[in-house]
Amino acid sequence: MSESLIKHTLSTTGVMIGFTIIGTAILAFTFSTTRAPIAKSEAEARMALFRQILPESMHDNDLLKDVKKIPAGGELGNRDETEAVRARLNGQPSAVILETTAPDGYSGDIKMLVALKADGEIVGVRVLAHKETPGLGDYIDIGHSDWIKKNFDGQSLAKTPDDAWKVKKDGGTFDYMTGATITPRAVVKAVHKTLQYFGAHRDELFAAAKQGNAS
Amino acid sequence: MSQGTNQYQEIVQNGLWRQNPGVVQLLGLCPTLAVTTSVVNGFSLGLLTALVMAASNASVSPVRRWVPSEIRIPVFILIIAALVTVGDLAMHAYLHALHLVLGIFIPLIVTNCIVLARVEAFAAKNNTAPSALDGLMMGLGLALVLAILGGIREVIGKGTLFSGIDLALGPAAKQFVITVVPHYQGFLLAVLPPGAFMGLALLVATRNWLEQRRQAKAGNASSAPVDTAMAHGH
Repeated sequence: MSESLIKHTLSTTGVMIGFTIIGTAILAFTFSTTRAPIAKSEAEARMALFRQILPESMHDNDLLKDVKKIPAGGELGNRDETEAVRARLNGQPSAVILETTAPDGYSGDIKMLVALKADGEIVGVRVLAHKETPGLGDYIDIGHSDWIKKNFDGQSLAKTPDDAWKVKKDGGTFDYMTGATITPRAVVKAVHKTLQYFGAHRDELFAAAKQGNAS
Repeated sequence: MSQGTNQYQEIVQNGLWRQNPGVVQLLGLCPTLAVTTSVVNGFSLGLLTALVMAASNASVSPVRRWVPSEIRIPVFILIIAALVTVGDLAMHAYLHALHLVLGIFIPLIVTNCIVLARVEAFAAKNNTAPSALDGLMMGLGLALVLAILGGIREVIGKGTLFSGIDLALGPAAKQFVITVVPHYQGFLLAVLPPGAFMGLALLVATRNWLEQRRQAKAGNASSAPVDTAMAHGH
Protein backbone atom coordinates (compact mmCIF):
# COMPACT_ATOMS: atom_id res chain seq x y z
CA MET A 1 0.00 0.00 0.00
CA SER A 2 2.65 2.46 1.09
CA GLU A 3 4.64 1.78 -2.05
CA SER A 4 1.71 2.77 -4.28
CA LEU A 5 1.16 5.83 -2.12
CA ILE A 6 4.76 6.89 -2.67
CA LYS A 7 4.41 6.23 -6.39
CA HIS A 8 1.22 8.27 -6.53
CA THR A 9 2.79 11.15 -4.63
CA LEU A 10 5.83 11.13 -6.86
CA SER A 11 3.83 11.11 -10.08
CA THR A 12 1.55 13.91 -8.83
CA THR A 13 4.56 15.97 -7.82
CA GLY A 14 6.15 15.25 -11.16
CA VAL A 15 3.11 16.51 -13.05
CA MET A 16 2.98 19.69 -10.96
CA ILE A 17 6.70 20.32 -11.50
CA GLY A 18 6.29 19.65 -15.21
CA PHE A 19 3.52 22.21 -15.58
CA THR A 20 5.46 24.72 -13.50
CA ILE A 21 8.51 24.34 -15.76
CA ILE A 22 6.40 24.77 -18.90
CA GLY A 23 4.62 27.79 -17.41
CA THR A 24 7.90 29.38 -16.33
CA ALA A 25 9.42 28.77 -19.76
CA ILE A 26 6.47 30.45 -21.52
CA LEU A 27 6.66 33.43 -19.16
CA ALA A 28 10.42 33.77 -19.51
CA PHE A 29 10.11 33.70 -23.28
CA THR A 30 7.31 36.31 -23.32
CA PHE A 31 9.16 38.50 -20.86
CA SER A 32 12.34 38.52 -22.91
CA THR A 33 10.53 39.18 -26.20
CA THR A 34 8.37 42.00 -24.83
CA ARG A 35 11.06 43.63 -22.71
CA ALA A 36 12.44 45.85 -25.47
CA PRO A 37 9.01 46.95 -26.81
CA ILE A 38 7.82 47.69 -23.25
CA ALA A 39 10.88 49.80 -22.50
CA LYS A 40 10.39 51.59 -25.80
CA SER A 41 6.72 52.39 -25.24
CA GLU A 42 7.43 53.45 -21.64
CA ALA A 43 10.10 55.83 -22.89
CA GLU A 44 7.75 57.14 -25.59
CA ALA A 45 5.00 57.69 -23.04
CA ARG A 46 7.43 59.56 -20.79
CA MET A 47 8.64 61.71 -23.66
CA ALA A 48 5.05 62.46 -24.72
CA LEU A 49 4.40 63.63 -21.18
CA PHE A 50 7.53 65.80 -21.15
CA ARG A 51 6.54 67.34 -24.49
CA GLN A 52 3.24 68.46 -22.96
CA ILE A 53 4.94 70.58 -20.32
CA LEU A 54 8.25 71.45 -21.94
CA PRO A 55 8.46 72.75 -25.52
CA GLU A 56 11.03 70.92 -27.59
CA SER A 57 12.64 74.25 -28.46
CA MET A 58 13.79 74.48 -24.85
CA HIS A 59 16.21 71.59 -24.93
CA ASP A 60 18.58 69.74 -27.20
CA ASN A 61 19.65 66.97 -24.85
CA ASP A 62 18.16 63.52 -24.30
CA LEU A 63 15.80 64.12 -21.38
CA LEU A 64 15.52 60.44 -20.55
CA LYS A 65 19.25 60.15 -19.95
CA ASP A 66 20.06 63.44 -18.24
CA VAL A 67 18.54 62.73 -14.86
CA LYS A 68 19.51 63.20 -11.25
CA LYS A 69 18.15 61.01 -8.52
CA ILE A 70 16.44 62.71 -5.58
CA PRO A 71 16.50 60.50 -2.50
CA ALA A 72 13.29 59.91 -0.57
CA GLY A 73 12.36 61.97 2.45
CA GLY A 74 13.89 65.28 1.41
CA GLU A 75 12.30 68.72 1.40
CA LEU A 76 10.34 67.76 -1.71
CA GLY A 77 8.38 65.40 0.49
CA ASN A 78 8.70 62.40 -1.83
CA ARG A 79 8.33 59.06 -0.11
CA ASP A 80 10.21 57.19 -2.82
CA GLU A 81 13.30 58.08 -4.75
CA THR A 82 12.40 60.22 -7.78
CA GLU A 83 14.28 61.66 -10.69
CA ALA A 84 14.86 65.24 -11.65
CA VAL A 85 15.02 65.53 -15.44
CA ARG A 86 17.43 68.21 -16.64
CA ALA A 87 16.83 70.08 -19.89
CA ARG A 88 19.81 71.79 -21.49
CA LEU A 89 20.18 74.02 -24.50
CA ASN A 90 23.67 74.28 -26.01
CA GLY A 91 25.05 72.81 -22.81
CA GLN A 92 23.45 75.49 -20.64
CA PRO A 93 20.78 74.50 -18.10
CA SER A 94 17.42 75.63 -19.47
CA ALA A 95 14.82 73.82 -17.40
CA VAL A 96 14.20 71.00 -14.99
CA ILE A 97 11.26 68.64 -14.61
CA LEU A 98 10.52 67.56 -11.06
CA GLU A 99 8.16 64.86 -9.90
CA THR A 100 6.21 65.92 -6.86
CA THR A 101 3.48 64.43 -4.72
CA ALA A 102 0.69 66.19 -2.92
CA PRO A 103 0.04 63.90 0.06
CA ASP A 104 -3.14 65.69 1.14
CA GLY A 105 -5.56 65.22 -1.78
CA TYR A 106 -9.22 64.47 -1.06
CA SER A 107 -8.54 60.76 -1.55
CA GLY A 108 -4.86 60.06 -1.28
CA ASP A 109 -1.78 61.19 -3.10
CA ILE A 110 -1.80 63.37 -6.20
CA LYS A 111 1.29 62.78 -8.30
CA MET A 112 2.46 65.63 -10.51
CA LEU A 113 5.19 66.67 -12.89
CA VAL A 114 6.38 70.27 -12.65
CA ALA A 115 8.57 71.79 -15.36
CA LEU A 116 10.54 74.84 -14.27
CA LYS A 117 12.75 77.18 -16.27
CA ALA A 118 16.24 77.75 -14.94
CA ASP A 119 15.08 81.11 -13.55
CA GLY A 120 12.32 79.49 -11.51
CA GLU A 121 9.35 80.23 -13.76
CA ILE A 122 6.84 77.40 -14.25
CA VAL A 123 6.64 76.11 -17.82
CA GLY A 124 3.92 73.60 -17.12
CA VAL A 125 2.37 71.33 -14.51
CA ARG A 126 0.56 68.05 -15.15
CA VAL A 127 -1.15 65.58 -12.87
CA LEU A 128 0.23 62.08 -13.40
CA ALA A 129 -2.03 60.12 -11.12
CA HIS A 130 -4.81 60.94 -8.69
CA LYS A 131 -7.82 59.33 -7.05
CA GLU A 132 -9.97 62.46 -6.72
CA THR A 133 -13.74 62.20 -7.10
CA PRO A 134 -14.76 61.97 -10.77
CA GLY A 135 -16.68 65.08 -11.77
CA LEU A 136 -15.69 67.03 -8.66
CA GLY A 137 -12.00 67.13 -7.86
CA ASP A 138 -10.75 65.75 -11.14
CA TYR A 139 -10.67 69.14 -12.90
CA ILE A 140 -6.99 69.28 -11.90
CA ASP A 141 -6.48 66.68 -14.65
CA ILE A 142 -5.81 68.19 -18.08
CA GLY A 143 -8.19 65.60 -19.56
CA HIS A 144 -11.10 67.27 -17.74
CA SER A 145 -10.31 70.99 -17.72
CA ASP A 146 -7.41 73.35 -18.37
CA TRP A 147 -7.46 74.63 -14.78
CA ILE A 148 -3.88 73.48 -14.23
CA LYS A 149 -2.68 75.32 -17.34
CA LYS A 150 -4.53 78.56 -16.58
CA ASN A 151 -3.37 78.72 -13.00
CA PHE A 152 0.23 77.60 -13.13
CA ASP A 153 1.76 78.34 -16.53
CA GLY A 154 4.14 81.28 -16.13
CA GLN A 155 3.87 81.33 -12.33
CA SER A 156 6.93 81.83 -10.15
CA LEU A 157 7.89 82.76 -6.63
CA ALA A 158 8.95 86.15 -7.96
CA LYS A 159 5.51 86.77 -9.43
CA THR A 160 3.43 85.46 -6.57
CA PRO A 161 4.63 85.99 -3.01
CA ASP A 162 4.79 83.06 -0.63
CA ASP A 163 1.64 83.95 1.29
CA ALA A 164 -0.46 84.14 -1.91
CA TRP A 165 0.15 80.49 -2.83
CA LYS A 166 -3.35 79.54 -1.75
CA VAL A 167 -6.72 79.12 -3.41
CA LYS A 168 -8.85 82.27 -3.55
CA LYS A 169 -11.12 80.98 -0.80
CA ASP A 170 -8.15 81.01 1.57
CA GLY A 171 -7.06 84.48 0.43
CA GLY A 172 -4.62 83.43 -2.27
CA THR A 173 -4.52 83.91 -6.03
CA PHE A 174 -5.51 80.49 -7.35
CA ASP A 175 -8.90 79.56 -8.78
CA TYR A 176 -10.92 76.66 -7.44
CA MET A 177 -14.31 75.19 -8.21
CA THR A 178 -17.07 75.25 -5.64
CA GLY A 179 -17.54 71.88 -4.02
CA ALA A 180 -13.94 70.81 -4.43
CA THR A 181 -11.44 72.99 -2.59
CA ILE A 182 -9.40 70.31 -0.87
CA THR A 183 -8.02 69.04 -4.18
CA PRO A 184 -6.75 72.38 -5.61
CA ARG A 185 -5.48 73.34 -2.15
CA ALA A 186 -3.29 70.24 -2.15
CA VAL A 187 -2.07 70.89 -5.70
CA VAL A 188 -1.21 74.53 -5.04
CA LYS A 189 0.63 73.58 -1.86
CA ALA A 190 2.65 70.90 -3.62
CA VAL A 191 3.60 73.16 -6.54
CA HIS A 192 4.61 75.89 -4.10
CA LYS A 193 6.75 73.38 -2.20
CA THR A 194 8.36 72.31 -5.46
CA LEU A 195 9.24 75.90 -6.34
CA GLN A 196 10.79 76.43 -2.93
CA TYR A 197 12.75 73.22 -3.28
CA PHE A 198 14.01 74.33 -6.67
CA GLY A 199 14.98 77.71 -5.27
CA ALA A 200 17.05 76.09 -2.54
CA HIS A 201 18.65 73.38 -4.65
CA ARG A 202 18.92 74.93 -8.10
CA ASP A 203 22.67 74.55 -8.59
CA GLU A 204 22.72 71.13 -7.04
CA LEU A 205 19.97 69.97 -9.41
CA PHE A 206 21.81 71.06 -12.52
CA ALA A 207 25.22 69.94 -11.27
CA ALA A 208 26.97 66.73 -12.25
CA ALA A 209 26.15 66.74 -15.93
CA LYS A 210 25.46 63.69 -18.03
CA GLN A 211 25.30 60.65 -15.89
CA GLY A 212 24.38 58.78 -19.01
CA ASN A 213 22.73 55.81 -17.39
CA ALA A 214 19.01 55.87 -16.99
CA SER A 215 18.50 52.16 -17.18
CA MET B 1 -23.02 17.40 -23.20
CA SER B 2 -24.29 15.91 -26.42
CA GLN B 3 -21.65 15.16 -28.99
CA GLY B 4 -24.14 15.74 -31.81
CA THR B 5 -23.85 18.19 -34.67
CA ASN B 6 -25.70 20.77 -32.65
CA GLN B 7 -23.03 20.85 -29.98
CA TYR B 8 -21.21 23.86 -31.42
CA GLN B 9 -24.45 25.76 -31.93
CA GLU B 10 -25.40 25.02 -28.36
CA ILE B 11 -22.04 26.27 -27.08
CA VAL B 12 -22.51 29.54 -28.94
CA GLN B 13 -26.05 29.98 -27.62
CA ASN B 14 -24.98 29.14 -24.07
CA GLY B 15 -22.13 31.62 -24.06
CA LEU B 16 -23.91 34.52 -25.66
CA TRP B 17 -27.40 34.13 -24.21
CA ARG B 18 -28.62 31.14 -22.19
CA GLN B 19 -25.70 30.93 -19.75
CA ASN B 20 -24.24 34.40 -20.35
CA PRO B 21 -21.62 34.94 -17.63
CA GLY B 22 -22.43 38.61 -17.20
CA VAL B 23 -26.21 38.63 -16.87
CA VAL B 24 -27.18 35.01 -16.13
CA GLN B 25 -24.39 33.32 -14.21
CA LEU B 26 -23.34 36.67 -12.71
CA LEU B 27 -19.74 35.48 -12.54
CA GLY B 28 -16.79 37.80 -12.76
CA LEU B 29 -18.58 40.85 -11.46
CA CYS B 30 -15.43 42.56 -10.18
CA PRO B 31 -14.24 43.71 -13.63
CA THR B 32 -17.83 44.01 -14.87
CA LEU B 33 -18.60 46.68 -12.35
CA ALA B 34 -15.24 48.38 -12.06
CA VAL B 35 -14.02 49.01 -15.61
CA THR B 36 -17.28 49.64 -17.42
CA THR B 37 -17.10 53.42 -17.33
CA SER B 38 -16.90 53.49 -21.13
CA VAL B 39 -17.51 51.20 -24.11
CA VAL B 40 -13.83 51.03 -24.98
CA ASN B 41 -12.73 50.11 -21.44
CA GLY B 42 -15.44 47.51 -20.99
CA PHE B 43 -15.02 45.89 -24.38
CA SER B 44 -11.21 45.80 -24.33
CA LEU B 45 -11.09 44.07 -20.96
CA GLY B 46 -13.89 41.75 -22.08
CA LEU B 47 -12.05 40.89 -25.28
CA LEU B 48 -8.83 40.17 -23.42
CA THR B 49 -10.78 37.96 -21.00
CA ALA B 50 -12.35 36.14 -23.96
CA LEU B 51 -8.94 35.47 -25.51
CA VAL B 52 -7.58 34.23 -22.18
CA MET B 53 -10.63 31.98 -21.75
CA ALA B 54 -10.32 30.53 -25.24
CA ALA B 55 -6.60 29.92 -24.72
CA SER B 56 -6.97 28.46 -21.23
CA ASN B 57 -9.80 26.14 -22.26
CA ALA B 58 -7.81 25.09 -25.33
CA SER B 59 -4.69 24.37 -23.28
CA VAL B 60 -6.40 22.54 -20.43
CA SER B 61 -8.53 20.27 -22.61
CA PRO B 62 -5.69 18.33 -24.34
CA VAL B 63 -3.80 17.73 -21.08
CA ARG B 64 -6.84 16.98 -18.91
CA ARG B 65 -6.12 13.24 -18.72
CA TRP B 66 -2.60 13.76 -17.35
CA VAL B 67 -3.63 16.02 -14.53
CA PRO B 68 -4.46 14.08 -11.36
CA SER B 69 -7.65 15.41 -9.81
CA GLU B 70 -5.93 16.37 -6.51
CA ILE B 71 -3.79 18.98 -8.21
CA ARG B 72 -6.08 20.02 -11.02
CA ILE B 73 -6.98 23.41 -9.49
CA PRO B 74 -3.34 24.52 -8.97
CA VAL B 75 -2.46 23.34 -12.48
CA PHE B 76 -5.44 25.16 -14.01
CA ILE B 77 -4.63 28.34 -12.09
CA LEU B 78 -1.00 28.06 -13.19
CA ILE B 79 -2.05 27.80 -16.83
CA ILE B 80 -4.52 30.70 -16.52
CA ALA B 81 -2.02 32.89 -14.67
CA ALA B 82 0.65 32.22 -17.30
CA LEU B 83 -1.74 33.12 -20.12
CA VAL B 84 -2.96 36.28 -18.40
CA THR B 85 0.62 37.40 -17.77
CA VAL B 86 1.45 36.82 -21.43
CA GLY B 87 -1.56 38.99 -22.37
CA ASP B 88 -0.59 41.62 -19.79
CA LEU B 89 2.98 41.86 -21.10
CA ALA B 90 1.85 41.93 -24.74
CA MET B 91 -0.63 44.72 -24.00
CA HIS B 92 1.98 46.66 -22.04
CA ALA B 93 4.31 46.43 -25.02
CA TYR B 94 1.91 47.19 -27.86
CA LEU B 95 -1.13 48.98 -26.37
CA HIS B 96 0.62 51.01 -23.72
CA ALA B 97 -2.02 53.72 -23.23
CA LEU B 98 -4.88 51.25 -22.92
CA HIS B 99 -2.77 49.17 -20.56
CA LEU B 100 -2.45 52.21 -18.31
CA VAL B 101 -6.22 52.75 -18.27
CA LEU B 102 -7.15 49.13 -17.50
CA GLY B 103 -4.22 48.84 -15.09
CA ILE B 104 -4.69 46.39 -12.24
CA PHE B 105 -7.75 44.78 -13.84
CA ILE B 106 -5.64 42.96 -16.43
CA PRO B 107 -3.67 40.82 -13.94
CA LEU B 108 -6.91 40.43 -11.98
CA ILE B 109 -8.36 38.37 -14.87
CA VAL B 110 -6.58 35.46 -13.15
CA THR B 111 -8.94 35.78 -10.22
CA ASN B 112 -12.03 36.20 -12.39
CA CYS B 113 -13.91 33.08 -11.42
CA ILE B 114 -15.61 32.73 -14.81
CA VAL B 115 -12.24 31.73 -16.31
CA LEU B 116 -11.61 28.92 -13.83
CA ALA B 117 -15.30 28.01 -13.86
CA ARG B 118 -15.25 27.26 -17.62
CA VAL B 119 -11.96 25.38 -17.39
CA GLU B 120 -13.29 23.23 -14.56
CA ALA B 121 -16.85 22.78 -15.84
CA PHE B 122 -16.18 22.44 -19.56
CA ALA B 123 -12.56 22.09 -20.68
CA ALA B 124 -11.77 19.41 -18.09
CA LYS B 125 -14.51 17.21 -19.58
CA ASN B 126 -14.55 17.98 -23.32
CA ASN B 127 -12.38 17.86 -26.42
CA THR B 128 -10.14 20.70 -27.48
CA ALA B 129 -12.17 22.29 -30.29
CA PRO B 130 -15.46 22.58 -28.40
CA SER B 131 -13.55 23.71 -25.30
CA ALA B 132 -11.82 26.52 -27.15
CA LEU B 133 -15.14 27.59 -28.66
CA ASP B 134 -16.79 27.48 -25.24
CA GLY B 135 -14.10 29.70 -23.73
CA LEU B 136 -14.30 32.15 -26.60
CA MET B 137 -18.11 32.33 -26.59
CA MET B 138 -18.42 32.65 -22.80
CA GLY B 139 -15.77 35.38 -22.98
CA LEU B 140 -17.51 37.16 -25.83
CA GLY B 141 -20.79 36.93 -23.94
CA LEU B 142 -19.09 38.70 -21.05
CA ALA B 143 -17.40 41.20 -23.39
CA LEU B 144 -20.78 42.12 -24.92
CA VAL B 145 -22.28 42.73 -21.50
CA LEU B 146 -19.27 44.84 -20.52
CA ALA B 147 -19.55 46.84 -23.77
CA ILE B 148 -23.29 47.46 -23.38
CA LEU B 149 -22.96 48.34 -19.70
CA GLY B 150 -20.01 50.61 -20.57
CA GLY B 151 -22.10 52.23 -23.30
CA ILE B 152 -25.04 52.91 -20.98
CA ARG B 153 -22.81 54.40 -18.29
CA GLU B 154 -20.80 56.43 -20.79
CA VAL B 155 -23.84 57.98 -22.51
CA ILE B 156 -25.61 58.79 -19.26
CA GLY B 157 -22.49 59.78 -17.37
CA LYS B 158 -20.50 61.67 -19.98
CA GLY B 159 -22.76 62.06 -23.02
CA THR B 160 -20.28 60.38 -25.37
CA LEU B 161 -19.68 56.98 -26.95
CA PHE B 162 -16.33 55.33 -27.81
CA SER B 163 -14.30 57.94 -25.92
CA GLY B 164 -10.76 56.70 -25.49
CA ILE B 165 -10.87 54.61 -28.65
CA ASP B 166 -7.62 56.31 -29.70
CA LEU B 167 -5.95 54.45 -26.81
CA ALA B 168 -6.69 51.17 -28.54
CA LEU B 169 -6.49 52.05 -32.23
CA GLY B 170 -4.06 54.96 -32.31
CA PRO B 171 -4.57 58.75 -32.44
CA ALA B 172 -6.20 58.55 -35.89
CA ALA B 173 -9.22 56.80 -34.37
CA LYS B 174 -10.16 59.88 -32.36
CA GLN B 175 -12.69 60.81 -35.06
CA PHE B 176 -14.80 57.77 -34.11
CA VAL B 177 -15.72 59.31 -30.76
CA ILE B 178 -19.43 60.14 -30.88
CA THR B 179 -20.80 63.01 -28.86
CA VAL B 180 -24.34 61.87 -28.19
CA VAL B 181 -25.41 64.83 -26.10
CA PRO B 182 -23.47 68.02 -26.92
CA HIS B 183 -22.51 70.35 -24.04
CA TYR B 184 -23.54 67.67 -21.56
CA GLN B 185 -22.78 68.49 -17.95
CA GLY B 186 -22.36 64.85 -17.04
CA PHE B 187 -24.33 62.71 -14.63
CA LEU B 188 -21.82 61.56 -12.07
CA LEU B 189 -23.85 58.71 -10.58
CA ALA B 190 -23.63 56.67 -13.77
CA VAL B 191 -19.83 56.74 -13.75
CA LEU B 192 -19.48 56.04 -10.02
CA PRO B 193 -19.79 52.46 -8.67
CA PRO B 194 -23.54 52.68 -7.88
CA GLY B 195 -24.16 53.37 -11.56
CA ALA B 196 -22.51 50.06 -12.38
CA PHE B 197 -24.85 48.13 -10.09
CA MET B 198 -27.93 49.91 -11.42
CA GLY B 199 -26.85 49.45 -15.03
CA LEU B 200 -26.19 45.76 -14.47
CA ALA B 201 -29.55 45.35 -12.74
CA LEU B 202 -31.26 46.91 -15.76
CA LEU B 203 -29.40 44.57 -18.11
CA VAL B 204 -30.28 41.49 -16.05
CA ALA B 205 -33.92 42.58 -15.91
CA THR B 206 -34.03 43.26 -19.66
CA ARG B 207 -32.49 39.90 -20.44
CA ASN B 208 -34.94 38.09 -18.15
CA TRP B 209 -37.87 39.95 -19.66
CA LEU B 210 -36.79 39.07 -23.22
CA GLU B 211 -36.20 35.44 -22.27
CA GLN B 212 -39.58 35.10 -20.57
CA ARG B 213 -41.33 36.67 -23.54
CA ARG B 214 -39.50 34.35 -25.91
CA GLN B 215 -40.46 31.31 -23.88
CA ALA B 216 -44.05 32.42 -23.63
CA LYS B 217 -44.13 32.75 -27.39
CA ALA B 218 -42.45 29.37 -27.91
CA GLY B 219 -45.63 27.86 -26.57
CA ASN B 220 -46.96 27.14 -23.14
CA ALA B 221 -47.06 23.47 -24.06
CA SER B 222 -43.42 22.81 -23.18
CA SER B 223 -43.06 23.88 -19.59
CA ALA B 224 -39.30 24.26 -19.63
CA PRO B 225 -37.91 25.92 -16.54
CA VAL B 226 -37.12 29.57 -17.02
CA ASP B 227 -33.35 29.95 -16.71
CA THR B 228 -33.23 33.41 -15.31
CA ALA B 229 -30.39 35.04 -13.45
CA MET B 230 -29.24 33.38 -10.29
CA ALA B 231 -26.68 34.85 -8.02
CA HIS B 232 -23.68 32.66 -7.30
CA GLY B 233 -22.13 35.04 -4.88
CA HIS B 234 -18.98 36.32 -6.52
